[in-house]
Amino acid sequence: MKHKVNKQRKKHWRGWFVAFLVILVYIWAFQGLPFAEIKSTAGEVTASIFSGLLHPDWNYVYDPEGEDLLRGLLDTLCIALLGTVIAAILGIPFAFWAANNLSRRRWVSGSGKVFFSIVRTLPELILALIFVVAVGPGSYAGVLALAFHSFGMLGKLYAEAIESIDFGPAEALAAAGATRLQILWFAILPQVFSAFLSQTIYRFELNVRAASILGMIGAGGIGTPLLFALSTRHWERVGIILLGIILMVTMIDLLSGHIRKKLA
Amino acid sequence: MNRDRLQKPSNIKAYLTFILFILLVWGSAVRVDADLGKLILGFPEMGRILREMWPPDWGYFPKIADAMLETIRMAILGTTFGAILAVPISLLSARNITRSPILYLSARLMMNLIRTIPNLLLAALFVAIFGIGPIAGIGALTLFSFGLIAKLTYESLETIEKEPLEAMTAVGATKSQLIVFGVIPQILPQFISYVLFTFEVNIRAAAVLGLVGAGGIGLYYDRTLGLMQYERASSIILFTLAIVLLIDYFSVKIREKLI
Repeated sequence: MKHKVNKQRKKHWRGWFVAFLVILVYIWAFQGLPFAEIKSTAGEVTASIFSGLLHPDWNYVYDPEGEDLLRGLLDTLCIALLGTVIAAILGIPFAFWAANNLSRRRWVSGSGKVFFSIVRTLPELILALIFVVAVGPGSYAGVLALAFHSFGMLGKLYAEAIESIDFGPAEALAAAGATRLQILWFAILPQVFSAFLSQTIYRFELNVRAASILGMIGAGGIGTPLLFALSTRHWERVGIILLGIILMVTMIDLLSGHIRKKLA
Repeated sequence: MNRDRLQKPSNIKAYLTFILFILLVWGSAVRVDADLGKLILGFPEMGRILREMWPPDWGYFPKIADAMLETIRMAILGTTFGAILAVPISLLSARNITRSPILYLSARLMMNLIRTIPNLLLAALFVAIFGIGPIAGIGALTLFSFGLIAKLTYESLETIEKEPLEAMTAVGATKSQLIVFGVIPQILPQFISYVLFTFEVNIRAAAVLGLVGAGGIGLYYDRTLGLMQYERASSIILFTLAIVLLIDYFSVKIREKLI
């Protein structure tokens, strides 16, 4: 009984301690903020953005010569698609390296896992900045940045899918004298294919979102005209581009969700 | 047994899908000017950048420490404000708490619309509104966290046990009593866990928001890479990674304890 009371008291103290810490963190967080520096035009600009959303610049949707919304969105989709496909193609062989149930030696799969986590740690945008320097500004830099980052993500997910397979069919084939390649093709790939596909499609969905902001740092897609419209205070154009992005992302999400539900 | 049944199903659909897919990829490659040659030509340049990134300029750390702290502050405040906003919307979106379909469907619609906008784009909008600085970043992170936390929370709200709620309704509890005594105790651990998870995501996001002028360390990426000070850029990358990993570690620890 006494023990229980003591334990409760201890828990009580710990609660207060955590609360105290949280309050300190918040005091620190609020302290250094320049709330006074908010521009006096903030309300006005917000109103213009909303009015831009309500009265979008429809002429920008399609313009036979020069830049328009549809071309920007198409570029964005192309960047996302190509980045995802490159990552998926590169990711599959590397995933077999990182899966721990296919090789007998631990360090092989361990080193693969470490490799993927190193690749993953670099954020897409930083990669895009580096690729912009390497291959020049434009969509291609965006493709490479997305491909590199997605490669790290997909490789890890693929490896996890491989780790969850059932070895029964592979053993049966081996007993019947199949070669390693035949085992891979007829026993392992069919088991992981739908998981691979589902993860790749989900990655594409995420990459479409990512591709729509790459342009802000010069890596192609709809982000460039958006940033330009924002800095020239062209609110009707900002409105139509925002609507375009929201519509595109929503459609891709719905489509990808539908396909993935079928695959599962 | 019917002979036709034993025939292999036709593969035409699969082949057509494959051809269509190849065409799409090829079209995209043409559209974005993808060119293997350019990549190979770019390799020496990338190699040069990577070489110049090493060793990192360790002396640069003290100069960016303030920006790093600002990044963490932005993430803390953005997550907090987002979490506060998420509470009413997630309650409104949950079918088992809000009975009226008009209410919960419109709440979900609003939440999903906000979630479609990528966070850097939100940041660019807020920079236009509030001007360059961390306030814009906090605004962007607030909306972004709001969408994420509200979605995760309403999904777990829909799975809570309904027996306590039914018992309370039977003895005549009001809606607010129901939420305070029946719903919140069931959902609180998950909610805190989602907030921490969002905080992890936000630290990463906050580190790049500066690229569009929304405060934090991101500004320095742009500055150092633009001026080709690669050894400084790599020290920023390492610093950010260290902070992200540290925060991830503690956040995951706490989340494991919660659930």
